Amino acid sequence: MKLVIAIIKPSRLEEVRQALNSLDVHGMTVTEVKGYGRQKGHSEIYRGTEYAVHFLPKLKIEIAVEDSQSDAIVSAIRESAQTGRIGDGKIFVLDLLAVTRIRTGETGAAAL
Amino acid sequence: MNLKNTLPLLGLVGLGGLAVLAATVPGFAQDALSAVSSAVSTASSAVVDTTTAAPAAPAAAASPINSGDTAWMLTSMALVLMMTIPGLGLFYGGMVRKKNVLATVMQSFAITCIVTVLWFVIGYSVAFTNNDPSAPGAILGSFAHAFLAGIGPNSVNGLAGTIPENVFSAFQMTFAIITPALICGAFAERLKFSAMLIFMALWLLLVYVPIAHWVWGGGFLGGLGVLDFAGGTVVHINAGVAGLVCALVLGKRKGFGTVNMAPHNLVISVIGASLLWVGWFGFNAGSELAADGLAGAAMINTQVATAAAALAWMFAEWIVVKKPSVLGIISGAVAGLVAVTPASGFVNPTGALIIGIVAGVLCYLAAAHMKKMFGYDDSLDAFGVHGVGGIIGALLTGVFADPAINSLGQNHSIVTQGIGIIATIVWTAVASFVILMICKVLVGLRPSEQEEEEGLDITQHGESVNE
Repeated sequence: MKLVIAIIKPSRLEEVRQALNSLDVHGMTVTEVKGYGRQKGHSEIYRGTEYAVHFLPKLKIEIAVEDSQSDAIVSAIRESAQTGRIGDGKIFVLDLLAVTRIRTGETGAAAL
Repeated sequence: MNLKNTLPLLGLVGLGGLAVLAATVPGFAQDALSAVSSAVSTASSAVVDTTTAAPAAPAAAASPINSGDTAWMLTSMALVLMMTIPGLGLFYGGMVRKKNVLATVMQSFAITCIVTVLWFVIGYSVAFTNNDPSAPGAILGSFAHAFLAGIGPNSVNGLAGTIPENVFSAFQMTFAIITPALICGAFAERLKFSAMLIFMALWLLLVYVPIAHWVWGGGFLGGLGVLDFAGGTVVHINAGVAGLVCALVLGKRKGFGTVNMAPHNLVISVIGASLLWVGWFGFNAGSELAADGLAGAAMINTQVATAAAALAWMFAEWIVVKKPSVLGIISGAVAGLVAVTPASGFVNPTGALIIGIVAGVLCYLAAAHMKKMFGYDDSLDAFGVHGVGGIIGALLTGVFADPAINSLGQNHSIVTQGIGIIATIVWTAVASFVILMICKVLVGLRPSEQEEEEGLDITQHGESVNE
């Protein structure tokens, strides 16, 4: 099993959700986060005074998937979250050691 | 004994003492008696009315009080109060950091309360009444109407001949409230609440009241022919310069220039600026003290100048920093309102348009660039907007005053206006500095660095906003 973590622009969430839905992904966790990469934040100017805003708002999506689905999901997120402009985000894939569904006690792939 | 700890107790005891004093002032007793006797006579005439309506008519015609004027001035009083609470409180509140928003709106609210009491006690009497109306005091008015003694529902102040004096005093009270509240923009986020209260009480009595008397109450500046329809010198230059003195004496906020001090919620500021704009019709059109065509001129001039200044600031900023900002357009609107204030009842709409454009551009340069050049921390630009906008408006009133609008403006002169401006600046600068020193000795001015870091909401008031 894999854990796919994607950091995306907040404006792309709906597109990503639809793309994953069509791949039969049953669930995901979305968190509002702040950060920066090569985009480096931006600056805001109030009455002539400029403030650098280093951390920009992003969304973090976490999805636990079977090994076989992983590549398709990564490319679906990449296509749906892409705007082509700096700040589109990143996708990380990690090995997932164990999963337990709390309600039933199922474990492993059955719990996904 | 430390004043810091005894201030609340002194305040409460002082309030009670004022109540006792008010009840025992001789004038108050006389007034109560005359009120009773007039109530009796009204009641008896009402009895007469039921039998014969005719005899009551001449008595009604003799009263100088005009119901239309009175209705408009009752409305204007409420409009101008709305400018301070909630208008100015929200305008400033949205521009500070979140940890200081409650402390900032609290300043406007507390000033409203303390000025109201002081205006009733002594402020109105000294600013707007004279023992001998034919020879009013050049520097101060009379003390005869302390505690509003002798001011009943039928009395009239010669300065506003067609409205009851209690309406006039309440209307002028709302000006006395907003003027010190404007200063808060200069020392935002770094003045102890106790020092703020003492400063404002002293400033009202030692700065606002005399200057209001000089210009409007029969004092020497009005006598010289200084034109100030609604408060360019008395309100805006006065508060703006006091603000600059506060900013210079207090020094910069901790972290100024390195820490992000961006406004925490500009929507709040937009609501505040909009309330200021709407309320300003009470301020400018109300300053005619009557419901007539000149009040109408002040109204249209106010609207035109405000819109022009808002656009001018927005375009100027758009040229310089490539974006038309929300803070820019609302700041421009306030600058326009300020600049048209002294001119509103003297100029025609074309003059108002020009005043608005000049004020929008120059106030933008003052707030965004002059401040940076000199390096003072006028946090919310009380000086940049009110001081600079007030000076522009007062000077240009001398240029654009149109005798066809107001015959009082026919001897308009930029030199006379300049004298009014200089007298106001000198007095407010010196007195504000002295009052700050008094506050420093009594309770200290700035909270500790640690407290400033935590924010004034929690350290001064024990509260915070959670969103």
